[in-house]
Amino acid sequence: MYRYDEFDHAFVSSRVEQFRDQVERRLSGELAEDAFKPLRLMNGVYLQLHAYMLRVAIPYGTLSSRQMRMLAHIARKYDRGYGHFTTRQNIQYNWPRLSDTPDILDELASVEMHALQTSGNCIRNVTADHFAGAAADEVADPRPYAEILRQWSSVHPEFSFLPRKFKIAVTGAERDRAAIQVHDIGLHLKKDDNGRIGFAVYVGGGQGRTPMIAKKIRDFLPEEDLLSYTTAIMRVYNLHGRRDNKYKARIKILVHETGAEELSRQVEVEFAALKDTELKLPEADIQAISTYFAPPALAPRAEGWESLARWKKTDPEFSRWVHQNVQPHKHPDYGMVTISLKPIGGIPGDATDAQMEAVADIAEEYAFDEIRVSHEQNLILPHVALADLEPIYRALVVAGLATANAGLITDIIACPGLDYCALANARSIPVAQEISTRFGAPERQAEIGELKIKISGCINACGHHHVGHIGLLGVEKKGAELYQITLGGSGDENTSIGEIIGRGFEPEKVTDAIETIVDTYLGLRNDKSETFLEAYRRVGPQPFKDALYGGSAQEAA
Amino acid sequence: MVDKVLTANRLSDGISVWLDASGNWVESLQQAFIARHAEAVTALEATGKLAFDDNKVVDANVVDVEEVNGTLRPVRMRERIRAEGPSIPYAAGYNGLAGPNFAA
Repeated sequence: MYRYDEFDHAFVSSRVEQFRDQVERRLSGELAEDAFKPLRLMNGVYLQLHAYMLRVAIPYGTLSSRQMRMLAHIARKYDRGYGHFTTRQNIQYNWPRLSDTPDILDELASVEMHALQTSGNCIRNVTADHFAGAAADEVADPRPYAEILRQWSSVHPEFSFLPRKFKIAVTGAERDRAAIQVHDIGLHLKKDDNGRIGFAVYVGGGQGRTPMIAKKIRDFLPEEDLLSYTTAIMRVYNLHGRRDNKYKARIKILVHETGAEELSRQVEVEFAALKDTELKLPEADIQAISTYFAPPALAPRAEGWESLARWKKTDPEFSRWVHQNVQPHKHPDYGMVTISLKPIGGIPGDATDAQMEAVADIAEEYAFDEIRVSHEQNLILPHVALADLEPIYRALVVAGLATANAGLITDIIACPGLDYCALANARSIPVAQEISTRFGAPERQAEIGELKIKISGCINACGHHHVGHIGLLGVEKKGAELYQITLGGSGDENTSIGEIIGRGFEPEKVTDAIETIVDTYLGLRNDKSETFLEAYRRVGPQPFKDALYGGSAQEAA
Repeated sequence: MVDKVLTANRLSDGISVWLDASGNWVESLQQAFIARHAEAVTALEATGKLAFDDNKVVDANVVDVEEVNGTLRPVRMRERIRAEGPSIPYAAGYNGLAGPNFAA
């Protein structure tokens, strides 16, 4: 993985000391809140309902054991013994004292981490496929390009005060696991007919109050043009993006109002002027960054096949976990392990300090010291020998991290919601917990198959509800919580925005409504191989409306 | 008139606090000073602004409360959650400050 050079170390350290001075001046009263607020936000410090919240960047979701141990240490020393992994592949601490934040950032810097650009109208943490560098279906590892974008966008003077925040995601496979079509820029790494590496470029996707699927404005952009073309897009956005209305300030609105064709033309004009400037990426630089992400030397471990078959026969729970949480690796003797942070009835994305330590230990002993955070709020061990799956599973069981539900109905994305968030209108976590408990039986989950439920506690859609197969949006109506259900959303290579199915449900009725939807699906699917999403796309919303509202148009309106 | 209290977040650690009758910022809503008439509300608003200007607290707001069986309860759910903590057990030793009877 990427290691800081001297410049990186000096830069991050100087920012910590700068922020320490700012915090001291704030606490002494020398700086007023109005002046301090943008400074703390630039360093990832928010004010939420109960306390400050610190959002720490995990670039493209990649961590070493040493870094994970530091996250555990911070949870233990400065917080309440846990952290929350987010849909942006970051981690949030919910209870840090403002006075401690410079020390926290100092400790993070010691393991090459920071909280810069995790807030504000700048280019945020670049996200990537959590199986990057390991997936069997990958064309190339997207992380070197994500790292190049990170370096280019860090305190970029031209793009530090954009009309609104800006999110870039990169995937390296046909199967999109990074939800690139709901990002401001989505990059799909691919090869052309001559075997050259480049990108399909998508622009103007996003969720929030105006969900939009990104438009593809380039089918193939050669890799050396990554920064010049991205700069061209940013320039067009910076110039023409709306600054008069924050709800219309994202690039998706500009794309929508300008039209993809015209926007693409404007980008190409800028690009023509930038193409052969210093922004052109030298092959040597791409190679230099790529070496940081070279895959570990994976020795043949063919003995794993026999041991795995034996263990699976003797332990059905282990077998279920392997079936659900282990995906094929590009090396046949290895697998990619999803460590579920969705225990049945638990809080999606939360991990205790002890669990973080356990994952760090396991990664160090068995998984080449590599950990990923997925945008689905789970942790990943990307390189695991099949021969080591059994001891890893045992260790995960001890840590309470062996829930076999990756991709199933209880693998729910949920934002912090009104239990923590100052922007939320309704709670997300208790709703997720109740649904998880209702459907928690392994046999029932297996019967239902792949089904992604995503819950947001407000229209900002941090819980990605628009692209949930079943999406739940919490709203406040007459002082009470109400949950609007959307169906048919998807955040993969066939991205779709979910459709509102009808009137909302009160908190005590929402799990029953989900059960009605699930039972309707089970009753109408062609066979067990037809997933919920496939069935929904085949039959449309009507059978679900009928089941939920008795076919009454008035009820469903 | 609906009863009101003054709440904010303490500058140094961000923890939710309420103004008590002695002018101290306390961590329990139940100890908050209750404004029952317009003049008292005006005084609370002025106190909140002063505390903000003095860099003692941030996000100072006067919020509606009601007394239920002798216990103060904010009218808005957002404020109930602020006052009682996350409505869920969320960490070792923090079993959901609201307890099992958290009233949505």
